[in-house]
Amino acid sequence: MRYLEEKDIDYIAIGAAILGAGGGGDPYIGKLMAKQAIKKHGKVKLLSVNEIDDNGLFIPSAMMGAPAVMVEKLPNGNEPEMAFRSLEKYLGKKAHAVLPIEAGGINSCIPIYTAATLSLPLVDADGMGRAFPELPMVTFSVAGLSATPMVVCDEKGNKLVLETINNAWSEILARNATIAMGLSSMISIYCLNGINVKKYAVKGTISLALELGKRITESNKSDNDPIESILEISKGFKLFKGKIIDVKRDLTTGFVRGKVTIQGIENDTGSSFEIDFQNENLIASKNGKPVAITPDLITVLDKEKGFPITTEALKYGQRVTVIGMPCDPFWRTEDAINQVGPRYFKYDLDYKPIEELVKENLS
Amino acid sequence: MRYRLGIDVGGTNTDAVILDSNNRVIAKQKETTTTDVSAGITKAVDRVLQYSDINPSEITNAMLGTTHATNAIIERKGLSKVGLIRLSAPSGYGIPPFVDWPNDMMAVTKNSFVIVKGGYEFNGIPISKPDKEEIKKALAELKKNGIESLAVSGAFSPVNADQEELVRELAIEIFGKNFPITLSNEIGSIGLIERENAAVLNAAIRKLAERAYGGFQDVLKKHGINADLFITQNDGTLMSIEYAKKYPVLTIASGPTNSLRGAAFLSGIKDAIVIDVGGTTTDVGILTKGFPRESSSAVEIGGVRTNFRMPDLISLGLGGGSLVIEKDRQILVGPQSVGYKLAKEAIVFGGETLTATDIAVAAGMADIGDSSRVTSLNKDKIKNAMERIRNLIEEAIDKVKISAKELPVIAVGGGSILISEKLRGASEVIKPEHFEVANAIGASISQVSGSIDGVYDITAKGRDAVIEQVKNEAKQEAIKAGAEESSVDVVELEEIPLAYLPSNAVRFKVKAVGNLKST
Repeated sequence: MRYLEEKDIDYIAIGAAILGAGGGGDPYIGKLMAKQAIKKHGKVKLLSVNEIDDNGLFIPSAMMGAPAVMVEKLPNGNEPEMAFRSLEKYLGKKAHAVLPIEAGGINSCIPIYTAATLSLPLVDADGMGRAFPELPMVTFSVAGLSATPMVVCDEKGNKLVLETINNAWSEILARNATIAMGLSSMISIYCLNGINVKKYAVKGTISLALELGKRITESNKSDNDPIESILEISKGFKLFKGKIIDVKRDLTTGFVRGKVTIQGIENDTGSSFEIDFQNENLIASKNGKPVAITPDLITVLDKEKGFPITTEALKYGQRVTVIGMPCDPFWRTEDAINQVGPRYFKYDLDYKPIEELVKENLS
Repeated sequence: MRYRLGIDVGGTNTDAVILDSNNRVIAKQKETTTTDVSAGITKAVDRVLQYSDINPSEITNAMLGTTHATNAIIERKGLSKVGLIRLSAPSGYGIPPFVDWPNDMMAVTKNSFVIVKGGYEFNGIPISKPDKEEIKKALAELKKNGIESLAVSGAFSPVNADQEELVRELAIEIFGKNFPITLSNEIGSIGLIERENAAVLNAAIRKLAERAYGGFQDVLKKHGINADLFITQNDGTLMSIEYAKKYPVLTIASGPTNSLRGAAFLSGIKDAIVIDVGGTTTDVGILTKGFPRESSSAVEIGGVRTNFRMPDLISLGLGGGSLVIEKDRQILVGPQSVGYKLAKEAIVFGGETLTATDIAVAAGMADIGDSSRVTSLNKDKIKNAMERIRNLIEEAIDKVKISAKELPVIAVGGGSILISEKLRGASEVIKPEHFEVANAIGASISQVSGSIDGVYDITAKGRDAVIEQVKNEAKQEAIKAGAEESSVDVVELEEIPLAYLPSNAVRFKVKAVGNLKST
């Protein structure tokens, strides 16, 4: 067990953006909220998964909708608490702790805010170990657990309790409610007992994010290579070094879908690299051959400083290092690949673990 | 004949130029910037009028570029006490104003704020209806706190300014007509916190800017110049002096912008890398179509986060006054500098300190001061120092470039004597005539602009119709700012789909630019 302090928030946000695989948006708003809450209510107790009670209730807290809208229509601040408490009331049971649902962007910080505000501990785990765009794309859903009952709240005080026939419907109804609420909402979803958290959550992601963020920040102050230190703790692979020469985006499905092309420099001179993204980075190919495929994590880093660049911030001319990291083993089961693998995102190729792809490319 | 007067007040130098109607430089002067800015301007204007021998009444436009406002914010000097009304309730309480501000800034501006009902959704529907009584009560409270300037912000106010305007009306009732009021929608773009911060900074420097610009007006009047007066803003375009007095914060990055634009004008090249070498620092920027490439990330001014679009620059601690020292058998150049004392302390000027300027003279790259004083310098030392300077510059060029393609490099600024004729990554190195007053020239050739930034729902009208609409709105803004209608062109249109939602909400950023209407 450890405690999260105000100064840890910046580290977690950086680390979560690395685990976010390009998704999740700018965590600035979430960071401000989490820091303020800790300043006001005190440090947040971080529980490792083996410390939690098997029969306890654990409720995730998250933001849904467009991070780009939340920079204008700032939260009221009561929404996360309202969603969380409403769900407790609906279930007639008090929660033991707040559970993060996603590592990446604003949702790396909202659960910390909620935990601090409610004076509850936070579980050092989440439902993705990365970022994904849809509610059913969490390990709990793949395991057959229900997203509902869930609560969707807005800043005006409106709240919706949803009970749906399956998790795909939770996504459709909650998404539409969020649009009606002005494109952003706060949710509580996937209520779990301790046993299911232990079985299905991706473990240790908060402390991993913290460690990643801290290493990068400290490497930048000394002469160490920040990217080497990231690879060391994330068990990742350096995939490519280059300069972005093209970024294409188009809005076909409502999600920002696009492709970034990178021209090799240094050891990669003469090679080209492409990443297909839909909010998150999904497929990375070197000279036309895939080298990392969703759900494995693909992250673009600033070549010098090692800070992660989200898909929204990718720009022509940036000098970058692309890294790939193996996803949680849970994502590699057949059921999981059907829900978050390349074919789900309409790419015509089969998933192969990054370790194998890297080996193939070396030989 | 009609003439234009361009003035640039930098941290070290105050430059003035007079251009004729064919944009030919007919007089230029460099003076030392004075603590009271007006004295330096007076001296420079005296000289250019004298050299050009024109009748002051023939000057029809005068443009001023100044970093006065920026310095005030950075040094926390002369700032007013600010009060803020934010229209956003019930949203916004989650992140109150000023949460991220440095303490020493708060101490000076003593900001007090009230969050009231109001604000809009992205599509212009009110989050809640503003309550006049609530706003009046809030204003009365701020008045009691003794504020000297008022800022107003509101959720999605760039989409609809009505609520912020309402607060202005009510504030005039309470504070009187001459009280400085800053509305956020007139300053910044999407991003409430950043726009609100910019509005508060603006409110804090309004009184000081009014004095500085008033001083400029007085200087011109004393010289018999009865011209239309303009101040250059961050994007390299102009605003009228009356507008600038209300929105001085829009000038904070105008210095580097002016030198980039001046370099484009002097060289006649619109796509190039510009190196502006001053006494202490060097700015390396990039021009596309004659305008500086803008940085995409949030910009902090004096520790306060804003979302101004600033020129994307790399700054180096290298200039004509940089100290040249030997450390661990290596020759280092900068970042320490003798700064404005260069004219006294450099060896070629009779001083005792070895500076980058001395090296340039010893290497035969410039002929200034007394070159006999540096003939005894060690040849290896000269060579190593020149190499060091060249490496620093080449590295910056490489970083600022967006493709491996070689680009022309334009060197301007007083310290550009340090720049070699050949540089890695440069197709050619150009040192245009009048390079030392590029800033003032950049100020004097500026155009006027108008911009639009908002989130639009493209379902009803369709994308093409909305694009037409926003283009028109931007053009109208430019015409309002003083552009000649026939010359207005849309120079920038950015379309940003909002992620994570299958609706048709799109953010558009549009900028239109035109020539100044001649009077």
